[in-house]
Amino acid sequence: MEPAAAKLIGAGIAAIGMGGAGVGVGTIFGNYLAAAIRNPSAAQGQFGNLIFGFAVTEALGIFSLLVALLLLFVF
Amino acid sequence: MAALDPIHQFQVTKIFTVGHIGGHEIAFTNSSAYMFGTLAIILILMLGASAGSRLIPTRFQSVGELSYEFVADTLRSITGDAGMKFFPLVFSIFMFILVANLIGIIPYTFSVTSHIIVTAALALLVFFTWVIYGFYKHGLHFLKLFVPSGIPAPILPLIVFIEIVSFFSKPVSHSVRLFANMLAGHITLKVFAGFVTMLGAFGALGYAGAVLPLAMTVALTALELLVAFLQAYVFAILTCIYLNDGIHGGH
Repeated sequence: MEPAAAKLIGAGIAAIGMGGAGVGVGTIFGNYLAAAIRNPSAAQGQFGNLIFGFAVTEALGIFSLLVALLLLFVF
Repeated sequence: MAALDPIHQFQVTKIFTVGHIGGHEIAFTNSSAYMFGTLAIILILMLGASAGSRLIPTRFQSVGELSYEFVADTLRSITGDAGMKFFPLVFSIFMFILVANLIGIIPYTFSVTSHIIVTAALALLVFFTWVIYGFYKHGLHFLKLFVPSGIPAPILPLIVFIEIVSFFSKPVSHSVRLFANMLAGHITLKVFAGFVTMLGAFGALGYAGAVLPLAMTVALTALELLVAFLQAYVFAILTCIYLNDGIHGGH
């Protein structure tokens, strides 16, 4: 296999990891929304936790995207 | 594809040379110019906000008060009143990242925060503030950060190892999150904008088809506005959480 082709395939495989982050972020916002509809008065107080959970989860997806970008443009 | 290189926008170019340290050239680059521009905008905004404060705020004053209240509420809710001494740090970091991100969205500009060196410098600043203040405040008790209470002795070494790894990965994830978000967002914008010109090469049919990626570019720009704010907020909130570990001694 040509190295260039292997690089592109590797970048594609690395980007699959973002799917996991998608599931995670969806779970976080879905659960926040479900809880916020049940108890709207408590929702505002948990906004910071929501964003923190989102940031920590999203970071993992961003790492896999970074691997893909490194494979595409740096190596 | 070479003409549409989406990485080209992140190129740092020299404007003039300041001097040499050792064999290295210290140059004033477009990155430095945009950082000065960011600072100038914040300075104008904040000077305008604080000049002649009135009971009924002027437009500048409301923006200043809103951003002050926003950061102060975030910091107070996480660290309590003990953390308010770090307000200037958190506020400066938040405003710098927010304004730098927003400048970066404007087409043809350079976004400072899409370079790992800038975000890593900010994250290390927070990291060392946290660690040094933690040791200053708690002495060697600060190391209890690595030993959570209520863990059975047999698995304690493993937990301590995990805590140490997580401690040192914090500045890495802190900086990479902001940098990679901005980088990925700008590359996506560029790729979709590239589709417009590629379709435009096909004549009338191409022009009709190019409406779709153009609309997508506009929508993505709106999304990037949200991301620019959200990433500044996330960076500030994580700063608060790390500083809280330093102030209140972690676990």
